[in-house]
Amino acid sequence: MSTVVSERATAGASAKTPRRVRRPGTKAAPYLFVLPALALFAVFKLYPIAWSFWLSLFRTDGALQSFAGTANYERLLRDPLFWTALRNTGVILVVQVPLMLAIAIGLAVAFGSALLRFRAFIRLGFFLPMVTGLVAYGVLFAVLLNPQSGLVNWFLGLAGIPAVPWLADTLWARIALGLALTWHYTGYNAVIFLSRLQALPRDHYDAAAVDGANAWKRFRHVTLPGLRPVVLLTLVMSTIGTLQLFDEPYVLTNGGPDNSTLTLGLYLYNNGFKFFDFGYASAIAYALAVIIGFLGIVQFRFLGDKS
Amino acid sequence: MNRRNAVGGVMLTSSLLIAVTVVLVPFYWLVVGSTHSTAEVFDSPPPLLPGGHLLENLANLEASIGFSRVVLNSVLISTIYTVLAGLVCTMAGYGFAKYDFRGKEFLFGLLMLGLVIPSQVTLVPLFKMMLALDWLNTYQAIVLPNLALPFGIFLMRQSMSALPDELLAAGRVDGCGELRLFVRVVLPPMRPALAALGIYLFLYQWNDFVWPLIALRTRDAYTIPLAIASLQGATETDYGQILAGTAVAALPMALLFLLLQRHFVSGLLAGAVKE
Repeated sequence: MSTVVSERATAGASAKTPRRVRRPGTKAAPYLFVLPALALFAVFKLYPIAWSFWLSLFRTDGALQSFAGTANYERLLRDPLFWTALRNTGVILVVQVPLMLAIAIGLAVAFGSALLRFRAFIRLGFFLPMVTGLVAYGVLFAVLLNPQSGLVNWFLGLAGIPAVPWLADTLWARIALGLALTWHYTGYNAVIFLSRLQALPRDHYDAAAVDGANAWKRFRHVTLPGLRPVVLLTLVMSTIGTLQLFDEPYVLTNGGPDNSTLTLGLYLYNNGFKFFDFGYASAIAYALAVIIGFLGIVQFRFLGDKS
Repeated sequence: MNRRNAVGGVMLTSSLLIAVTVVLVPFYWLVVGSTHSTAEVFDSPPPLLPGGHLLENLANLEASIGFSRVVLNSVLISTIYTVLAGLVCTMAGYGFAKYDFRGKEFLFGLLMLGLVIPSQVTLVPLFKMMLALDWLNTYQAIVLPNLALPFGIFLMRQSMSALPDELLAAGRVDGCGELRLFVRVVLPPMRPALAALGIYLFLYQWNDFVWPLIALRTRDAYTIPLAIASLQGATETDYGQILAGTAVAALPMALLFLLLQRHFVSGLLAGAVKE
């Protein structure tokens, strides 16, 4: 409302100063501010998105392209590797993401506890992995988890635990990928949860304490409901991130062994930029977009109704 | 009660200290590993203290992939990107936060679509576009496509909306044009938010991998993540080199973050948590 008033004030003021050259007034100004972003977005995002759909309708044979209708999508449905990639991505989504968010909530509660010492150092330590690039930490984890002579197996050996075939065994490669992801993103999520916790009104806790609620009950009935909108946010962001997962499996395992860490993002890349099958890669991209859209809607339905 | 609290505090603090040590071990070991030869890296037991091969590893990096050129590429690309994307996102954020105009909600919604549409959807067309423009292996191929970063715009809109309207009104009454208002009145109090945005953009570009992997095909155009990944593919993988390169990629960013973390965390949270 106040903007409208001030716009009039400006218009009036500039009308009274005749020597000033007519400049684009407040009417045009907002468009000029958002124009660069919109133009760049249209050229480098919207147009490629539409083009990608068009491409997905073509069969690519070397340099030749022929219109194929829905053939790429039909191929997708029958492609066992696509289903493998989808299943791998799904496993990360239902195992790693909830586990990571649960740890992050626990960390946030601990960060907020009055009993905790060295709070700043601890918080920062958990946040630091977020700064590390995906390739850098992928390489680092590959070395640390080296089955023969990596640091992790050496430590396990000290405790008398036999060497774990990290990255070489289908199950352990998946666990390694999950560990790397958890290492990277948990602190970031914890800091987001913490900021929400700090914004929760104190008196809810006081009221619960007066009612004789113990720590667990306070957590269950005050903290968790309070975190709800942020849980939704982090869940949606993590889901989107997981479905696009590419860098970590590319660097850590290159999808192996036996395709056990092949993700949709990696499969898309392989088809597009290893086999140069642009049509099929585009179809995978669209399948991915549909899945993300679908899961986003489901998550908002189940968690978002209360905001 | 007090006694229980004291015991609880010690237990909580010590368990978190152990956990944070585990989290930080990879960083420590990165420093250690980058100062050892490949043979030493895979010694049993593994080296736990720094060795004397750092300079040799860096020299090998230079010999095998021209690492100084790669670092220069990363620094230039990230800096140019941060300045330009910072400008684009800040302007857009301001426009959406502080003006009312036709189509505002629709246009903002359109931009936010970029947050949920997987970036992979655009990879193939962007590659074809760059090929047609003959822009493969150039800085602009990396910098331009992500300038209008939806998260950056979102972050700036959130921060800008906290700016009091009275400040803008006062500026206008004083005869400030809209552009000068933006530069002189709006930007100065936004400095913390701009710092957060700047760090975010720099980190984003510094670490970006998929798009540079596709658009940069020659070694002299590589950025650091590409160089590291390309070394890993080599038959005789020299892990001393790789770890030294990884340290160059990760440690300056960690330092930058430690120096500026107060701005960064609060700025990011302002974007993430406000409804």
